[in-house]
Amino acid sequence: MSTVTADLSPPLSLPFHAGALAVLAVAYLVVPFIGSSYLFEAILLPFLALSLAGVGLNILTGYAGQVSLGSAAFMAVGAFAAYNFNLRVEALPLIGSIVLAGLSAAAIGIVFGLPSLRLRGFYLAVSTLAAQFFVQWALTKFGWFSNNSASGVIDAPPLSLAGLSFEGPVGRYLFALTVVAVLTFLAYRLVSSQTGRNFIAVRDNETAARIIGVPVLRTKLLAFGVSSFIIGVAGVLWAFAYLRTVEPAGFNLDRSFQILFIVIIGGLASIRGAFFGAALIVVFPLVLSRLGAFLLGDIFDSGVLDMTQRIVIGAFIILFLVLEPDGLVALWDRLKSRITAALRRA
Amino acid sequence: MSASNFLLVGLSSEVAVPPDIAEHLALRATSAEVPGPRPDEALALELYGIDLSFGGVVALKDVDLSVRHGEIRAIIGPNGAGKSSLINVISGVYKPDRGHVAINGAAYRPVPTQKLAKLGIARTFQNLALFKGLSVLDNVAAGRAYAGRSNFLSQIIGLPHARREQTDARERARRVIDFLHLTPYLDRLAGTLPYGLQKRVELARALAAEPRILLLDEPMAGMTATEKNELADYVRLARDEYAITVVLIEHDIGVVMGLSDRIAVLDYGRKIADGTPEEIASDQRVIDAYLGVPPENEDGEGI
Repeated sequence: MSTVTADLSPPLSLPFHAGALAVLAVAYLVVPFIGSSYLFEAILLPFLALSLAGVGLNILTGYAGQVSLGSAAFMAVGAFAAYNFNLRVEALPLIGSIVLAGLSAAAIGIVFGLPSLRLRGFYLAVSTLAAQFFVQWALTKFGWFSNNSASGVIDAPPLSLAGLSFEGPVGRYLFALTVVAVLTFLAYRLVSSQTGRNFIAVRDNETAARIIGVPVLRTKLLAFGVSSFIIGVAGVLWAFAYLRTVEPAGFNLDRSFQILFIVIIGGLASIRGAFFGAALIVVFPLVLSRLGAFLLGDIFDSGVLDMTQRIVIGAFIILFLVLEPDGLVALWDRLKSRITAALRRA
Repeated sequence: MSASNFLLVGLSSEVAVPPDIAEHLALRATSAEVPGPRPDEALALELYGIDLSFGGVVALKDVDLSVRHGEIRAIIGPNGAGKSSLINVISGVYKPDRGHVAINGAAYRPVPTQKLAKLGIARTFQNLALFKGLSVLDNVAAGRAYAGRSNFLSQIIGLPHARREQTDARERARRVIDFLHLTPYLDRLAGTLPYGLQKRVELARALAAEPRILLLDEPMAGMTATEKNELADYVRLARDEYAITVVLIEHDIGVVMGLSDRIAVLDYGRKIADGTPEEIASDQRVIDAYLGVPPENEDGEGI
């Protein structure tokens, strides 16, 4: 019956599930056995953390249409909250600390989302910068957050879940992969629910949304809350699984922009887009440094690399905004449909 | 914001505003009857003495309007006569400077936009206001947003009541889509449809809310004569099928004559005529307004 098929919601659900399951199967069953520790430490762990942050920001910016430049601040809130819950609450399992960290980030996100009730677009983006500067300032200013460590840099606790300990690069990879997979699935459920459609309604036409009875204010704050929750957990992964240290400096404005670029390059309003964008942002500098060292030798030192990286990524963003505003995801889909069309013809 | 202007509840604030005492007394006399039986059982919508201005520009001046249950009520007038402003006052997008709107007997000033759908009012917009990033089905199902009770967590988990709600919204949306012959476009993104179809999707979204009163802001603007007649048929059909009251703004006096039960004519923000199509067609002031003859304005107001 038609209602039953309607219940499975979005029209693209089957290929998405099939593709996602295939990727997950490879990620769990193949990668841990063939990957080198370099692959895990330098590529997959930052990729996973940034992808999750991208998913979080995409809910806010891509789906609900609220621009935010404070993503790194919410990551920092997540990382420091998880550290402190873990340190100060006895017998709290790590998963509990992570959930509470996400909730702390959500609370801060909702507070800094309040201006969105009156501000839009560019002005809102600037007001979210306040989160960026305030959080970084507070974390550096008050030693309590970093347990009065002299350097402000603290070691992350070991990862364990339900009695299993996730040691070493592969263990941390599997831990991060599990967290990312679960949250991404929940995010996907959210954006294909009525609430997700309310996000899009508010983004596309706020007045019309209000008139048909979408609770606009609540919807915006919910978007800030959910988005910050996910970004906060991404911050925990960044600090606990990837860097193994927690420090405010790693969550600066550059990181916020990086996440915004991930969303723009990957594709706004697309969960997959965050992964495409993060892959590009993480892999591209490594490719560039290899390529530069190969072609130019010693001239291509870290200073030149850094500069080249910025220039090329800047060019990428301009190109994407002009030529493919829907991002890598749209390119990918077009490629896929062309290949299937060619296969059908053959 | 200015919820204290709620006329029925805020009697004290009414006293605090003294500009025209006689008027307020009259107003209170009518309001006093409101909690009991409605002042006029047959009225779905009433506007009393609506004034609206933007800075120094007067958009509406002392406009009264009554809409009976189940009728198709047209508001016509030349460009800039204040037609859209009137719809925006009824739907709470604009807050009138004076006067109030009574919906099914309860008076509001301003009309609470957030609760509009719950009050049984749906509307379309002069410039398309679809959600471009949603499919036709989701756009129309969005018309049920006001009926949603489930929160985002139960939707993520897929609890039975959230699923039921979603199925129900889609089922109703499908019926309206079918009714307006939009089924072939069900899964298309609304933003990719041609203009005439987008207008119809907007009508479908409004109908999906199953309103008692439907406000249509120039539903036929930019359409060909054939499309206009087609849409007029849909409006009439919708009224008969869903038993709704329709308030319709239209520029094209020809289409309106055949479609509406009663017509109000606005010019320079004032209501210059109100009656059946036949009365309107023979009204000298209406003819003057449409042919551009300067109206005789003894008191010099409104220009």
